[in-house]
Amino acid sequence: MADLRVKIGGLDLKNPIMTASGTFGFGEEFNDFFDISKLGGYVVKGTTFEPRQGNAYPRMAETPAGMLNAVGLQNKGVHYFADVIYPRIKDIDSHLVVNVNGSTIEDYIKCTEKVAELERVTAIELNISCPNVKQGGMSFGVCATSASEVVKAVRKVYSKTLIVKLSPNVTDITEIARAAEAEGADSVSLINTLLGMAIDVEKRRPLLSTVTGGLSGPCVKPVALAMVWKTAKAVKIPVVGMGGIMDWKDAVEFLLAGASAVQVGTANFIDPTVCLKIIDGLNDYLDRHNYSSVNEIIGAIGV
Amino acid sequence: MRKFVADFTVTDNIALNANYFLLKLTSVEKLPEMLPGQFVEVKVDGSPTTFLRRPISINNIIEERNELWLLIQTIGDGTRTLSALKSGDLLNLILPLGNSFTLPENPSKSVLLIGGGVGTAPMLFWGKYLKNRGFEPNFLLGARSSKDLLQLEEFDKYGTVFTTTEDGSAGEKGFVTQHTILQTKSFDFIYTCGPKPMMLAVAVYAKSKNISCEVSLENTMACGFGVCLCCVENTINGNVCVCTEGPIFNINELKWQI
Repeated sequence: MADLRVKIGGLDLKNPIMTASGTFGFGEEFNDFFDISKLGGYVVKGTTFEPRQGNAYPRMAETPAGMLNAVGLQNKGVHYFADVIYPRIKDIDSHLVVNVNGSTIEDYIKCTEKVAELERVTAIELNISCPNVKQGGMSFGVCATSASEVVKAVRKVYSKTLIVKLSPNVTDITEIARAAEAEGADSVSLINTLLGMAIDVEKRRPLLSTVTGGLSGPCVKPVALAMVWKTAKAVKIPVVGMGGIMDWKDAVEFLLAGASAVQVGTANFIDPTVCLKIIDGLNDYLDRHNYSSVNEIIGAIGV
Repeated sequence: MRKFVADFTVTDNIALNANYFLLKLTSVEKLPEMLPGQFVEVKVDGSPTTFLRRPISINNIIEERNELWLLIQTIGDGTRTLSALKSGDLLNLILPLGNSFTLPENPSKSVLLIGGGVGTAPMLFWGKYLKNRGFEPNFLLGARSSKDLLQLEEFDKYGTVFTTTEDGSAGEKGFVTQHTILQTKSFDFIYTCGPKPMMLAVAVYAKSKNISCEVSLENTMACGFGVCLCCVENTINGNVCVCTEGPIFNINELKWQI
């Protein structure tokens, strides 16, 4: 049995398998399916300072090897999270990460400050890459100047581990990653969804109420992997990789490309126990290749 | 209710007509408790264009045989792949999902179950459940033509069956909402599942007669257990997930133009 422990900023993860925000609810939805304390960490649904109703239905369209979503950060606000949900999940023996969102820098700060009060939340994932909100979200993450600004502001009010979630909808993701690193981010996670679209030809109408949405699933994996590889070379802070991971092999690819941990997203919808299988598969892989620690394979492609 | 992910074995796959088939499934484990109105999420293997599971309502539970029935309409690649399943094949399901129809307290109440097209599927299980609890259900089933009226011999076991067809080849000609029993009989509870325009018309009728009415929604969903937040219905309580707060809603909760 290889040592699966990895480090992301101040977080000592028992293994590199985390779940991606927006695909794992608040974790408790999976209690019937498996013991979620087996996860390295889990990132809960994107949270904003004020409650949000999200976008109108329809919000989802299946695509070849993936899906589009346009949920639009539906959530009951950070106070509801802190008062109602947090007490129910705080004692799970895994790293609880809150995905923080905002329309303005002020929103990001207020939401972060509230989350910072919660002892058992060991990190935040600053989402500057949501493609499904009209204001804020991805607009912060598509240019290095605004990314710097929001990371700097949040860093001032948050002393625990700060992970910045990056958008792939940019010319050069490494530029944004370096900007986040320069402002004190402990880690970057990538990729958020790719901007996409689907059309009903009979009705001559878009399939999503918002016309465009975020693409996820195995169809984005090669894009994600290339971005993780480039980013891992460009920054010194650990990279958390995600994008279309469906099984242990996909997870190993991301680790080999330079990710120190991975997040599993859309796959949770199809097999709610997939993370357990990935942890087991990763362990078998390391044993089979006589590695004593998962850290030996991080970035270990001979190029 | 606890949810499970499990493999089931196909014991039979019966083509009911060109577009509908009935899958009978069993499991080595005893089936968990399931309620009428609930659904399962079916994993589709062997269809490269099908990525997500398919939500399918529970058509019937035969406890003596530990058997679960799914009535499925062939619509796209996913359901077409399922239609080719053979006895002995394995099928992975997540179940039971969603809420259930509300059981009236008094079995002497008059209940009407209205199904259109594949929307008749959950009404069989619900009618049987009601019959087993002393109710005398009325079924009103609608289809395009006589060959699309499915499982009539099954429905006959649990109540009185009324039918409509659009072409008049069986029952009364027209839509379910034009059937004469809606004018000649009175009902205390109506439950409906089918195309949205049909359910809307049923809801309008129920509201005009002050009859309690529940509808079963089938909004497009990715997960089926409340984490993707894709299948929301705009209700008086805001956007709620059809997969966890539904699929059964009282019409008074909805923001439909009733």
